[in-house]
Amino acid sequence: MANRVVSVNPHVYAPETTTTIMRDVIIALCPAVVASVLFFGVRSLLVEAVCVIVAVLCEWGFEKICKRPVTIGDLSAVVTGLLLALNLPVTIPLWQAAFGALVAIVVVKQLFGGIGMNFANPAITARIVMLVAFGANMTHWAPAAFSGAPADAVTAATPLSIIAGINGVSAGTNTVADLPSLLDMFLGARGGSLGETSCLALLLGGVYLIARKVITWHTPVAFIGTVLVLTALLGQQPLYQVMAGGLFIGAFFMATDYTTSPPTPAGKLIFGVGCGLITVCIRVWGNYPEGVSFSILLMNILNPYICQWTRTKPFGGVKA
Amino acid sequence: MFKGKLHGVHPPHMKNTAGNRPTRMPVPPMITVPMSMNIGAPAKPVVKPGDEVKVGQLIAEAGGFMSAPIYSGVSGKVKRLDEILSSNGRFDTAIVIESDGLQTEYEGLEKPVITDQKSFVDAVRACGVIGLGGAGFPTSVKLNVDPDRVHHIIINGAECEPYITSDTRTMIDNASRIINGAQLLQKYYTADNIIIGIEDNKPECITIMKEAGRGVPGFEVAELPALYPQGGEKVLIYNTTGEIVPEGKLPIDVGCIVINCTTLAVIAKYIETGMPLVEKVITVDGSAVANPQNLIVPVGTPIKDVLDYVGLKAEPRKVLYGGPMMGISVPNLDAPVMKNTNAILAFAEKEAADPTPTACIRCGRCVAHCPFHLMPLEIERAYNERDGAALKALKVNLCMECGCCSYGCPARRPLVQINKLAKGVLNKYNAELKEAEEKKKAKEAARKEAGVNG
Repeated sequence: MANRVVSVNPHVYAPETTTTIMRDVIIALCPAVVASVLFFGVRSLLVEAVCVIVAVLCEWGFEKICKRPVTIGDLSAVVTGLLLALNLPVTIPLWQAAFGALVAIVVVKQLFGGIGMNFANPAITARIVMLVAFGANMTHWAPAAFSGAPADAVTAATPLSIIAGINGVSAGTNTVADLPSLLDMFLGARGGSLGETSCLALLLGGVYLIARKVITWHTPVAFIGTVLVLTALLGQQPLYQVMAGGLFIGAFFMATDYTTSPPTPAGKLIFGVGCGLITVCIRVWGNYPEGVSFSILLMNILNPYICQWTRTKPFGGVKA
Repeated sequence: MFKGKLHGVHPPHMKNTAGNRPTRMPVPPMITVPMSMNIGAPAKPVVKPGDEVKVGQLIAEAGGFMSAPIYSGVSGKVKRLDEILSSNGRFDTAIVIESDGLQTEYEGLEKPVITDQKSFVDAVRACGVIGLGGAGFPTSVKLNVDPDRVHHIIINGAECEPYITSDTRTMIDNASRIINGAQLLQKYYTADNIIIGIEDNKPECITIMKEAGRGVPGFEVAELPALYPQGGEKVLIYNTTGEIVPEGKLPIDVGCIVINCTTLAVIAKYIETGMPLVEKVITVDGSAVANPQNLIVPVGTPIKDVLDYVGLKAEPRKVLYGGPMMGISVPNLDAPVMKNTNAILAFAEKEAADPTPTACIRCGRCVAHCPFHLMPLEIERAYNERDGAALKALKVNLCMECGCCSYGCPARRPLVQINKLAKGVLNKYNAELKEAEEKKKAKEAARKEAGVNG
C-alpha cells in the first residue's frame, strides 16, 4: 500500500506563487523596457541585461557560498536587476551597473536574510549607493530620441533639474521654455533614467499589476495623489511634478514592494502619503532635484512602525 | 465596533455531484462505529460481542450532557469492541458490527411524543444528532437554551466547501423535512425569523427552499455570495443578521441558533418516523475517483468500501473527511464514515502532493483573505518567537482554521498549522498568567494576614 499524504488543511491552493507574482512584475515592466529602447537606443538593453544577469549570478553565488537553498527560480533577483537598470541613465558604465546589482542583491537583500527579510528596497538602495559613489555618471542624462534635442547634443537636462534651476535651488540657466511638452512627458521623450521617463508605459504596467491583483491601488494613488496636491498648493507645476522624475516607476513598482511596505490597506495609504510628502520636500527644498528614491528608502525604515500602527481589528475581538 | 465586510477566497466550486440524486450503496459486510464522533464526551457502548442488533437500535448511550447516543445502521451481530486510531490521532473505542445484509428495522422504533420545548430537546437528544455540517457539536446541547433568548434561527445551507453537495441534495430532495424542522423550531422558540442562508451558486436550492417555505411565517431565504467560508457559523450569523459573536461567546449570546440544514432534516425525520440518525448522505469525489456521486451509507461504513464501490481511476494518495479547505486527511482507509462526515474525497498524486513552503514575502494576502481580519503573517512571526503576549494581542484564538490564509499564500506557508500551534502557545501563556496572578493574590493575602497579626 502506498503511503498516504496526511497534512493539515487546506488541501487546495490558489494558483499564485511567488514566482508567478514576480513573473507578473516582469511582464508589467516590459512596456518600460520597450520605451527605454525606443528613447535611449539599444544600449538600454545592454544595461538591463548586465543588471539582471549580475543580480541573478550574485543571488546564486551568495546562496551557494552560504549553503542556503538557491532561490533564483522565484525570479525576484530578475525583478531587482531590471528595476535597478530602469533607474540608471543609459550612459552608465557597465561595470558600475554591475556593481549596483551586486550591492542590491548581496548587501541589501542577502545579508539581511534573502527574500522577505530585507528592510529596504534593494533596487532603490543600490541606486542611492550609486548616486553617492558615481555622482557624475549617475546624473549624466543623454537626450531622448524624439525629444527635439539637437542631434549632436550629448547631455540633456531632466525636467526636474530645469524646474530646480527655475526655482533657483540649483545653478542653471534653464527657463520654463526649456521644459518638454506635457505630451512628451507622458510618452517619455525627455531626459531621465532608462525606465522612468515614459509615464504611459509605466501606467500600462501599473494597471496590469492592479488588474492581476499583484498590487492594490492604495500606495500608487496615495503617493502620486500627495505629490499632485502638494505641488499644486505650492505652485510647482503639479502635472510636471507628477510625470517627472521617478514618480511613476517608484509609486507603481518600488513603493509597492511587499517586503518593505505595509500589508494592510491603511498602512499602504500611510506609506504612500509619506513617500509623497518626502518626495515633494526634497524636490522643492532639498539639494537634489529628485526625491523619489530617498522618500521610499526613508519610508522603508518607518515601515515596521507603520505595520505596528495599522494592524487590523479582528472580527469579534474583545479588548483585554 | 466592527464594521465592514468579512473576507474570503474563491476556490473552484467543483460541485460535480450537485445534480446527482443520492443512491443507496449496497450494505457493507462490516461497519465500525466509533464512540467519539461528537465534540464532548464519547458515547458508552450498551452492546457486547455476540449481541444481535437491528437498524435503528441503540448501541451506545450518551456519555454525559455533552454527548449523543449512537444507533446501529445495519442489522447483524456485534463482532467486537475495538480500539481504533481516529483521524485526530487519539485512540477511540469502536463497535464492530457484522451485517446480515437484511437491514431489518428495529421493532422498538417509536415516534417521540413532543409537547413542549423540553420534550423537543429530549427528542433531538434521543435522535443522536450532532452538527452534521462537520463540527459535530451535540445539537441537543445547542437547543437546550431559554427559548426567550432566541431571536434568529439560522439554517445553514451555505455549503461553501468545494466538491461537497450533500447539503445541496438535502435541500433539493428533502426541502419539506427542512421546513417541518423549521416549523418545529418556530413552535418551541420565540424567534422573530427563520433564515436559511444559501450561497448564490446553488440557484436550484434557493428556488426550491423559497417554494417550500412559502406561507411559513417569518421564514426567509438569504442569498449569500459564493465566497468561501459563508458556512462558517460566525460568518453566517453576521451575513444574515449583522450580529457579531464576540470573543469567547456563543451564538445564543447574540440571540442566534445556527443549525445545519441536514441536521434539521434528520431531526424532522426522527420526529416523523422514529428512525434516529443511522445513515448519512456523503459526496464521494476527487481526482482519484472514477465515478463521483452522492451515496447513502450507514454510519460506520469503512472508507475503503465506499471507494471500492464508486471505483478509482488512480491511486488515492490523499483521502479526506470533508472538503479540501477544512477536511481532515485520513491515513488509514479502514476508517469509517462518521455521523458528521459529509464527503469522502480521494485525490491522486498531483493534487495530493504537499507544496514546498518558501520564504514569506509579506504580500499581505493572508490578511486580505482572512474572514475575521486576523494577521496570519504576524501570527507566524509571534509564533516563531513563542511570544504569548503578541499572540494574545493578535487574537489567534479567534481563528476558525477555515484555510483561507494558506489557500491564498503564494509562498505556500502552512499558516493554518501555525495558527493551530500558536493557539497552544497562547493557552500556555494564559495559564501561566493565571498562575502568576493567583500566586500574587495568595502572597498579598498572606501579607495582609501577617500585617493584621503583627
